[in-house]
Amino acid sequence: MEVSRLRLLFLSTVAATALQGCGMLGLGKDAAPEAVPASATAASETPTVDTATTGEPADKKPIIDPKVTRREIARSQIDTEDFELGAYYGIMAIEDFESHAVYGARIAYHLTEDFFLEGTVGVSRAGRSSYEKLSGSAELLTDDERDYTYYALSAGWNVLPGEVFVGKNRAYNTAFYVVAGIGSTSFAGDDRFTVSGGFGYRVLPTDWLAVHFDVRDHVYDIDLLGDKKIVNNLEAHLGLSVFF
Amino acid sequence: MSRFLRLLAFAGLFLATLAHADDSKQKVLVADPFIELHTGPGRGFPVFHVIERGREVEIVKSRTDWYKVRADHEIEGWVSRDQMVATLLPTGQPVDLHEPSRESYTSRRWQGGVMAGDFGGASEISAFGGYAFSDNLSVELTVNHILGDFSNSVSATLGLMHVFAPEWRLSPYFTLGTGIIYTDPKSTLVRSEDRTDQLGYVGGGLQFYLTRRFMLRSEYRTNIIFTSRDDNEEVDEWKYLGFAFFF
Repeated sequence: MEVSRLRLLFLSTVAATALQGCGMLGLGKDAAPEAVPASATAASETPTVDTATTGEPADKKPIIDPKVTRREIARSQIDTEDFELGAYYGIMAIEDFESHAVYGARIAYHLTEDFFLEGTVGVSRAGRSSYEKLSGSAELLTDDERDYTYYALSAGWNVLPGEVFVGKNRAYNTAFYVVAGIGSTSFAGDDRFTVSGGFGYRVLPTDWLAVHFDVRDHVYDIDLLGDKKIVNNLEAHLGLSVFF
Repeated sequence: MSRFLRLLAFAGLFLATLAHADDSKQKVLVADPFIELHTGPGRGFPVFHVIERGREVEIVKSRTDWYKVRADHEIEGWVSRDQMVATLLPTGQPVDLHEPSRESYTSRRWQGGVMAGDFGGASEISAFGGYAFSDNLSVELTVNHILGDFSNSVSATLGLMHVFAPEWRLSPYFTLGTGIIYTDPKSTLVRSEDRTDQLGYVGGGLQFYLTRRFMLRSEYRTNIIFTSRDDNEEVDEWKYLGFAFFF
């Protein structure tokens, strides 16, 4: 069951890649010739022009010796802010076991302006099922087994980047994104392979701070009540994250 | 579960250390006729300002393919990499802001990524990291979380990976290594006993250069688990798809 779902996920990813031709990822970009700035070649030619007009021999020291302190720009010296680290708090509906608060941590790496990878770890707690309430004393789960922990490794796509306008003078960058991923859920005394997906909206009050609103669905198989069934646990949360 | 979470947290910290960079400000000269300042780091954000050739701008930070620059009058905006590669250092040399390309793969040192697949019928999630000694040869550490109908496992393997043609876009590779696997059978089973075993594996795969520093991978491994029972266990492991990056 789990295997076939994974296979489906894999095949749909292949299909999506083939259909879109990887255009969004910028495939084939590396084959493009490098742009040589016009003035860079012009700058290298300048000394020969100067010696020609002044009549100085080419091997002599230049008359003007610019005392420019050389500053090399290494890519590593530029502050790259492709990572995002944050926390979230919200509500999670655990199928058959009520809704409770959920909180978690999130790390994301932005690959391009369109795509990102995301890792999340969340904790919630299951309540009592209707059966447990109606029957009075029969407990399906022990206290420890009601702890709900999950992790997910996901890929995200910023479908609708944009801006929101607050009043006349303020504009904040935003993005509506979709995510899909795989992970594991630890609940009812067992770890289960979990497929998750959802969407989110991110508003950036400043360049390095983001406020998120996310909705996720966590899907897995469980055989707690006898036969195996698929459960959908919906989660909605608000989060705050920092780019670094 | 908690063991795996801890490993994930360590991986996160490791990445955080890598991403940390000295934020001393860099100044460059505009060499194109003009550069366009966007309101955000994306192609769709509107252009609100242009800076002419010969003017100096300060690089504040970068995000994906975009650079935040500060011009005089304290104007700040985002410039695309395509325009930034055409800027010059104060010495007149071009700025090296080119992203890694396929050729950079042969000079990689570190690589890492995640994969998803099937381990003897159970679902598998893997994270790996490696160090390259040469163009072809690297050593890799893999952590797997295996979730099945009858048991769950966590395994860690250390092995050698040989890429046959690192300069090709699509290259096969060979891998060989050893590791340990911790298996936790489901509590509903009668004969439930936690166990830790050693394993050895041999396998091969394909890696495909995507763009910049990113690759796709697909891998097969055949594992031999040296159990304490009479027979060793042989497990086929298919890692259908994986995403990898290199530094």
